[in-house]
Amino acid sequence: MANNSIYKPELAELVRIEQLTEYEKLFEIALANGRESLGHLPGQFVEVSVLGVGEAPISVSSSPTRGKNFELVVRKVGNVTKVLHELRTGDQVGIRGPFGTHFPLEEAEGKDLLFVAGGIGLIPLRSFIQYVLDNRHKYGRVIIFYGCKTLPEQLFLDELKKWRRREDVELVETLDNPCRQWKGNVGVITTCFPKVKIDPENTICTVVGPPVMYKFCLIEARAQGIPDDNIYLSLERRMKCGVGKCGHCQINHIYVCQDGPVFKYSDIRGLEEAI
Amino acid sequence: MEVRVLIKSQLSSLIDRIIEHVPVVGVKQKEGKYVYAKLDQGKEFCPDFDVTVQSPKEFIFPPRETLFDFTLGKDMQLNPHYSKDTLVIWGVHPYDIKAINILDAIFRDTHQDKHYLMRRENTFIVGIDPLRASEKSFWSSMEADKVDKGFDFILTDLGDEYIITIGTQKGRDMLDKHGVSNLASETQIKARDRVREKQKDLCLSNRKLNFPLKMLPYLLMKGEINKLWKEKAEKCFSCGSCNLVCPTCYCFDVQDEVDITLTRGERYRVWDGCLLENFALVATGENFRGEKYQRYRHRFYRKGLYLKKKYGQFACVGCGRCATACLPDIADPVDIFNTLFNSLKGVLIHG
Ligand SMILES: Cc1cc2nc3c(=O)[nH]c(=O)nc-3n(C[C@H](O)[C@H](O)[C@H](O)COP(=O)(O)OP(=O)(O)OC[C@H]3O[C@@H](n4cnc5c(N)ncnc54)[C@H](O)[C@@H]3O)c2cc1C
Ligand code: SF4
Ligand code: SF4
Ligand code: FES
Repeated sequence: MANNSIYKPELAELVRIEQLTEYEKLFEIALANGRESLGHLPGQFVEVSVLGVGEAPISVSSSPTRGKNFELVVRKVGNVTKVLHELRTGDQVGIRGPFGTHFPLEEAEGKDLLFVAGGIGLIPLRSFIQYVLDNRHKYGRVIIFYGCKTLPEQLFLDELKKWRRREDVELVETLDNPCRQWKGNVGVITTCFPKVKIDPENTICTVVGPPVMYKFCLIEARAQGIPDDNIYLSLERRMKCGVGKCGHCQINHIYVCQDGPVFKYSDIRGLEEAI
Repeated sequence: MEVRVLIKSQLSSLIDRIIEHVPVVGVKQKEGKYVYAKLDQGKEFCPDFDVTVQSPKEFIFPPRETLFDFTLGKDMQLNPHYSKDTLVIWGVHPYDIKAINILDAIFRDTHQDKHYLMRRENTFIVGIDPLRASEKSFWSSMEADKVDKGFDFILTDLGDEYIITIGTQKGRDMLDKHGVSNLASETQIKARDRVREKQKDLCLSNRKLNFPLKMLPYLLMKGEINKLWKEKAEKCFSCGSCNLVCPTCYCFDVQDEVDITLTRGERYRVWDGCLLENFALVATGENFRGEKYQRYRHRFYRKGLYLKKKYGQFACVGCGRCATACLPDIADPVDIFNTLFNSLKGVLIHG
């Protein structure tokens, strides 16, 4: 029998907190029990506990190539996330994980990469993007589509600035509702596709965003000729355990906490209730 | 498997001796129905029952269970809870044993659930072969009329004596300790087998699947989009009773509770049900099974297809409890599976 509880988190410390937008905060976390590092791969998530309040599944937003600590970016929406936002540097949280599947780091080697991030979808994708940029020679073109409703919702402004300047990154930003100072693209994220010429057979496309976005992005990606085998997405579901027991995250026979959150599109195509 | 024998009149004194060492819950009669409750005396045990109102699930997977407690403040401490209590469950029919085997498989899979497994290890399951079946049961169609594992020992009524088939060392030790040592004869074992063979005829003749069980997953794969789901679900109250009474439903929610001093608290799990409206709701307001028919359908698919794919076993044992519990009478798996079969017969034969 397992010698520990699969539900008991280990303690970790918030070592840096940064307000990114009105609703999102970044937390840099150090594991307390002398564990060298979290040992995650981009796309995986952890269950974060605020003891006394509850637990929430949150993607790891930083790449394992960025050192021993890891970063979570959390939107304030409900019980756990609200209290998390009130914590201060030095406070403790509980961590379980990492759990779930990861982005196709190896399959994507030698290929062009197209990242499609809608809103807070950039939180998990950032981990993959950082990983690719830290291993830049292994990958082909890096194309990033990033869509938000309004300018103040944009995350990771410093990183965006760097990506805009890099010769080897093609960043296309768009806003649904632009303000006066916005000089970029206007419209929903699918309007980014025609802006860039891609080599569909040789492109791995990873889409992460709110549920409504998937349908339209998939239509667009397929219209560009990207094969279903080359499309990956990360799905969100309610989760209570993260380890395949509680039943909450099920889509038909699939458990998003174990079989996902990252799926190859061809594996879930046609699955009722998935997209 | 070693087989022993006990004169029927000695059963209640055997239970009495066991009660002196370990708490025993067993089947009791209550207002014309049968329930599992603590036995104070062996003679309270009722061996002749059709089905109990609640399954024995609650004794190995409690409705509320503390996972760990914690202290808040500077030096947080987390202290997991594992039950050390031993308990005997006396009088479990084969279909309910089969349901326990399914729970075992789920909680043992990949990430082992030590909370469940510890409690399970400390629980004795005393099975009993049924003498009759409830009006709603269809366990023979679910191949749950007999079991060959999951019990510590199981009793079969031969009229004047009980044949006791031993399933585990733990069961053998208990019998040894309480002086049940007579071995059954070849003839008695054969008589037991004959009784067991006939058990499958106890379910009513109209409580049968109209097709072979192994076809069920295939039937469901073809029947995902069928008017049946919406039609039936219209009457559903989303009350979750069908989940609650089911011996194989195990979904749970996890919550925290802090005591009034605000210095300590606990995290616990509570039973949840996939028929309840907010089961798949997330904080942003998205409900991934927001429609009644989606939740309604999901339960039947879990029973007949999804868990079969994942664990190789059907998650319905045909106890009929959901059919009894559902007020609008739409939760009955045989009824639904047969209706689906009738509407798809043509497709199945030609496809
Ligand atoms: C794999 C995965 C990765 C995620 N990554 C991030 C991320 O990087 N950043 C971020 O801000 N959010 C992320 N989310 C969403 C985040 O988990 C929810 O916003 C959060 O659980 C809300 O919890 P709450 O207690 O604040 O809200 P409440 O509404 O009070 O929720 C109560 C409980 O319901 C459950 N629940 C509610 N909403 C969700 C949800 N969307 N997903 C799963 N369970 C839910 C949780 O168990 C939660 O404890 C992710 C979700 C998943 C499934
Ligand atoms: S099917 Fe019946 S028991 Fe189940 S939730 Fe609906 S009304 Fe309640
Ligand atoms: S689905 Fe109904 S009949 Fe099947 S095991 Fe559960 S309660 Fe019993
Ligand atoms: S989150 Fe509990 S089963 Fe996936």
